[in-house]
Amino acid sequence: MTGAPQGLLTFAAIDADAALAAALATSRAGILAEIAASKLKGRGGAGFPTGVKWNLAAAAKGEVKFVVCNADEGEPGTFKDRVILSEVPDLVFAGMTIGGVAIGARRGILYLRGEYLYLRSPLEAVLARRRQRGLLGEGIGGGDIAFDIEIRMGSGAYVCGEETALIESLEGHRGEPRNRPPFPVDTGYFGRPTIVNNVETFACAAAIMAKGAAWFAAIGTERSTGPKLFSVSGDCARPGVYEFPMGITVAGLLAAVGGEGAKAVEVGGASGRCVPAAEFDRTICFEDASTGGSVIVFGPERDMLHVAKNFMEFFVEESCGQCAPCREGNAKILEGIEMLEQGRCSARYLSELETLGEVMQCASKCGLGQSSPNAFLSIVHHFRDEIMGRTASRSS
Amino acid sequence: MLVTEQHRLTEDIGAWVARHGASQASLIPVLQEIQAKYHQISEYAMQEVADRMGIHPVEVYSVVTFYSFLNTDIRGRFVIRLCRTISCDMAGKDRVARQLENDLGIAFGETTADGKFTLEWANCIGMCDQGPALLVNDAVYPHVTPDKVAEIIEQCRKVFGPLAVHHSLANGRREVRS
Repeated sequence: MTGAPQGLLTFAAIDADAALAAALATSRAGILAEIAASKLKGRGGAGFPTGVKWNLAAAAKGEVKFVVCNADEGEPGTFKDRVILSEVPDLVFAGMTIGGVAIGARRGILYLRGEYLYLRSPLEAVLARRRQRGLLGEGIGGGDIAFDIEIRMGSGAYVCGEETALIESLEGHRGEPRNRPPFPVDTGYFGRPTIVNNVETFACAAAIMAKGAAWFAAIGTERSTGPKLFSVSGDCARPGVYEFPMGITVAGLLAAVGGEGAKAVEVGGASGRCVPAAEFDRTICFEDASTGGSVIVFGPERDMLHVAKNFMEFFVEESCGQCAPCREGNAKILEGIEMLEQGRCSARYLSELETLGEVMQCASKCGLGQSSPNAFLSIVHHFRDEIMGRTASRSS
Repeated sequence: MLVTEQHRLTEDIGAWVARHGASQASLIPVLQEIQAKYHQISEYAMQEVADRMGIHPVEVYSVVTFYSFLNTDIRGRFVIRLCRTISCDMAGKDRVARQLENDLGIAFGETTADGKFTLEWANCIGMCDQGPALLVNDAVYPHVTPDKVAEIIEQCRKVFGPLAVHHSLANGRREVRS
């Protein structure tokens, strides 16, 4: 294969105004039914059905509800939201407006990560233009619907990509995740029903209103519908953002990006899992290797222990420190990796570290903590021989 | 702190609280304004914000110390954040890091004596397809190589100091290819 075209294919061809007009022409129940019928699942990585989330928020009691767009794209290896917000911001804002109409919210908030501050003023300009055109504000589309969107900046905390931590941050607190339940759909921003969705999810929602649920559901697999954007980086000839249907194999993706000959691929970023070459026939979708879009390619020369160390350093830094399994566990695993580097780790201690990782997966409070040992565990599982018995510290 | 400077900070905080609102939901936006203009959030600033919002200063301190873009100690006029996460790491961030240290004469986590530059690590800045990448305040620089480091620093010096006339960082900003 000579490579697949890069960039946003489906989204670039969709008219955001037509999507919003289609939504306004139908009822609230009609929008909810359409999103549910598309079987759209959250694009941030967790894969929660968007239709279910919106239905719960729509049914929740309360006059005041909120729509929050999670643009705190912090998962290592993920940059598709940056491209979506740069190239098709109207589609995202149309999607948020559609969400607002569907659940009965009048306010939307785009939570943009602090590292993307350079996107803020172009996005504010898009919002101003939408207000001028009557697509935001009072009486949207000439009707009695009111909805407006404000942008709030993050301040450099990966954990704020977790929806309840994001809400805490919006309320002016430390970004420490809350217990769930209650879920944001009934107890969200200031205790009000709130939907928190990824940037790409809102763009998908708008696309579904424009082209219909049947079109969306026909793409991908039975349980993972629609096109998906992948952020591809690492050892490949053509890194960048690609659109593939859900269910593409790892090998198929590698061929499209020029990453043939890879030794392993990290699917899902630091919180994802490492897939070795022997398993490149696995598919990327919610049923198999799940990802919010991050695909990092490791060439034949890469030292997988170095990769694991980089990920664990990330989590030690980014753990919010609220619960012990994540705060202490990540530091302990990083220490173990340093022992492995120096060739001072016994097989017994390594298996204890694996047990620790499993404890973190079930005992941590939030998704960050629960998924933080994934990369380490999968690398130990697939590359045990490579990482053990080191005689001198290698540098890669 | 000089009385006049303290007075100016007080006035600024008053204006920002008035603009963003006096509730805790506005705390982070107000702190971001303080950080951007003063390059730090001092004890005095935290106390002032707490008074105006009717919350305990410890609450403000806990927020400031949680977020890596909010700082109690002073940062440089230009904060250089080099991404250290895996894709930028594999693309050669270590050599860029070494050159930054050499050209600025400081280590990561430090600020130059003239208060112009702070050098920090960043965790994944979302430029993984164009690494090694770094941020200078809010400007992003993709595909940085050791030989480009001096040029980036020079651009900053032109914005700030005796040579600063018609330059702005925005003009020097690289195109962000998608």
